[in-house]
Amino acid sequence: MGDLTRLVLKRLGLGLLTLLVVSILIFFAVELLPGDIAEAVLGQSATPETVAEMRRQLGLDQPAVWRYLQWLGGAVQGDFGVSLVSGEPVSEAIGDRFVNTLFLAAYAAVIAVPISIILGVTVALLRNTLFDRVANVLTLTSISSPEFFLGYILILFLAVKTNMFPAIASLSSDMSLSELLNRTFLPALTLVLVVTAHMMRMTRAAIINLLASPYIEMARLKGTPPWKVIVKHALPNAWAPIINVIALNLAYLITGVVLVEVVFVYPGIGQALVDAVAKRDFPIVQACCLIFAATFILLNLAADVGAILTNPRLRHPK
Amino acid sequence: MTKFSDKDILLEIKDLRIQGYSDETWVDIIKGVDLTLHRGEVMGLIGESGAGKSTIGAAAMGYARDGTRICEGSSIEFDGMELTTATESERRALRGSRIAYVAQSAAASFNPAHRIIDQHTEAPVHYRIKKRLEAQEDAMELYERLRLPNPQEIGFRYPHQVSGGQLQRAMTAMAMSCRPDLIIFDEPTTALDVTTQIEVLAAIRDIVDQFNTAAIYITHDLAVVAQMADTIKVLLKGEEVEQASTEEMLDNPQEDYTKSLWAVRSFKRKQKSRPTDGTEPLISVQNVHAAYTGGVKVLDDVSFDIYPGMTVAVVGESGSGKSTTARVITGLLPPMEGQVLFKGEPLPPKYTDRTRDQLRQAQMIYQMADTALNPKVKIHEIIGRPAQFYSGLKGTALKQRVDELLDLIELEPSQYYNRYPPELSGGQKQRIGIARALAAEPEFIICDEVTSALDQLVAEGILRLLDRLQRELGLAYMFITHDLATVRSIADEVVVMQNGKVVEQGPKDEMFRPPHHPYTDLLLSSVPEMDPNWLTELLEERGLDNIGEAATSKGDAAPST
Repeated sequence: MGDLTRLVLKRLGLGLLTLLVVSILIFFAVELLPGDIAEAVLGQSATPETVAEMRRQLGLDQPAVWRYLQWLGGAVQGDFGVSLVSGEPVSEAIGDRFVNTLFLAAYAAVIAVPISIILGVTVALLRNTLFDRVANVLTLTSISSPEFFLGYILILFLAVKTNMFPAIASLSSDMSLSELLNRTFLPALTLVLVVTAHMMRMTRAAIINLLASPYIEMARLKGTPPWKVIVKHALPNAWAPIINVIALNLAYLITGVVLVEVVFVYPGIGQALVDAVAKRDFPIVQACCLIFAATFILLNLAADVGAILTNPRLRHPK
Repeated sequence: MTKFSDKDILLEIKDLRIQGYSDETWVDIIKGVDLTLHRGEVMGLIGESGAGKSTIGAAAMGYARDGTRICEGSSIEFDGMELTTATESERRALRGSRIAYVAQSAAASFNPAHRIIDQHTEAPVHYRIKKRLEAQEDAMELYERLRLPNPQEIGFRYPHQVSGGQLQRAMTAMAMSCRPDLIIFDEPTTALDVTTQIEVLAAIRDIVDQFNTAAIYITHDLAVVAQMADTIKVLLKGEEVEQASTEEMLDNPQEDYTKSLWAVRSFKRKQKSRPTDGTEPLISVQNVHAAYTGGVKVLDDVSFDIYPGMTVAVVGESGSGKSTTARVITGLLPPMEGQVLFKGEPLPPKYTDRTRDQLRQAQMIYQMADTALNPKVKIHEIIGRPAQFYSGLKGTALKQRVDELLDLIELEPSQYYNRYPPELSGGQKQRIGIARALAAEPEFIICDEVTSALDQLVAEGILRLLDRLQRELGLAYMFITHDLATVRSIADEVVVMQNGKVVEQGPKDEMFRPPHHPYTDLLLSSVPEMDPNWLTELLEERGLDNIGEAATSKGDAAPST
């Protein structure tokens, strides 16, 4: 177990390094974009004088490297700056939105992960049957359609035609949980449809991959029923790849929601990022991207730890 | 047969035909085999790989492996029940409860994710023969009968925490868990060392006797089957060659094929002795200590010499450091201490620091020709690459050299030049491996268990080829093996290794003549002999507590006393 702690600490250290590199890349990528916040905010009415004055106020007349170091100095102490547009601290500007995004991702994950694993195990058991093919075709269709398209289709059928769920996911803080779940059901369902295929097919492939193993044949020759061969003998050895794909998809649920948020007008972090990029609001862009990067790093670490914990050779050393 | 013919028939297979799917057609694998097994009888199925032994074993459980099918007209009758027409669930209900299976590699056939005892109790609990706790107690009792150490505790370990020989016995115990009428043993000791093999053989024989279980014992090792079986059936390419009681089969085989199997170990080449004219040794391993990164020492003060044109066999059990020594010589594993001399010159410890000429001198031939040859590369490229790298040959000169090498290994160049390794048989692949080593024009080749994955007849062909090449090209071989029969047939000198140390070395004739080092003695006496009473006599001589791992550890302790 000491090894595991060491691995986690090492990976967290490397993760911080990655975040630093990401922050540099993002900063200079935003710098490369044509125009800046002064032009974006003042719009067409801008005169060269007002633009210059605004730049001076925001400190944009200073060299880029200096501004980055200033930001970094603050970030190390936990201060990610203030939004250049509204003047709010970054944490306030995106905090609620980040919580909303996490809520939506968790909602989708709680539905998608069990469904895809159960489906994956079922299609592995019934491989090459009609059920297998239908499940594959349906999930592949849902993964191959663009998310906004899926979202509009769902709105058309479940909101406009049958009126079962609201088409727009507007939230307010005094909603009860059940109302919240009802309002966000369509965006969550869209996300579920997008990620299920990947996880299901990996579960299926990881299990089928093991079916040629001698211990699976042994289990069969012991008279073990087919479902038990899959669930008890194959699945415990297939976790490592499955966990990795789950982690990747969970990361996607957090970082890839922009389109879904736009379609359902959901107040999440993706929309905040799009707005901030349009306005060149660097501190917000930087904070959102770092959240996304940290999500990937932490989930991948969690996947590796999960893969180690499900491997009996590593869990019970000689 | 007479001993059993008055007993009830347990299993009767008639005209068994099995087809396998390959290259988009169904090919006959088993071509009409009959088999009759009485209660309590042990039948040995013997033949080379591809003879269909394992397929028949699985068919006796009504089981067709993926990609095979049992044909119409075959009949498999187990205790009055016709398995070919039974439903899948009826057949499944027999498996584990009335017919059990013991696989070749216990390490691969135990599920790594579950404790041994959980896998043991699965079948009895599933069939509601025993409650979980009863089954667990029964498992411990079986472990004790099979002489496993710590029978109360060993089942609660995971498979990777238990040694190969112990796992194989645990698997035999698992097969016994429902007290079946029939057990199929599919090469249960092939993957084990000779010293470990004995205890597994003894354990299997005892338990089969105690419960009067019938068994089908599948193996390619005649000496092993002679210890275990009441009757022997010889198979060749899916057809029966002959069947007789064990004594009769050993004393008086009828068919030519059977006789040729019996005669395999006849190849013997004349022993050479070291040159006396003061020639330096070709390879001299001097006081080598080595370890893998962060691990314990695997080589402890290993020294031996190999003279030009001679064959030095390095023998020992798995884990004794034989292959590690080869890695040190080739420079793949730099030693912690000590050095390797080539014609008196020290070789740089790491292969990356060696010159091309030093590299060419140490070539390897590997155990698994399957994995040592890239399946996507044509034969002429596999052989041509070292010829190009070491000798700088190009164009027609290169092609000529490849043809020459193919001629040397007795494969028709025009036929094999453009083929891919998967199209070849095991023996042919091993010949390609030899040609690849020869392409560098070395004076010294390391042969790492080159024959142990091959059938005996094929292995003999490889040994003869190696011998001929040695005579023609003056090669020196370091021959790593655990098979003492191979040592007897080709070695000039023998180095015995145990736990990373050289325990004894010398010319072959001296090594095979007593007195031996106790460990050498143990290795020698553990090699099964054709005599059906060999195991019984050996067990009487050594005593039951003094076989297998117990004996190995005593052999280990002996030098200090």
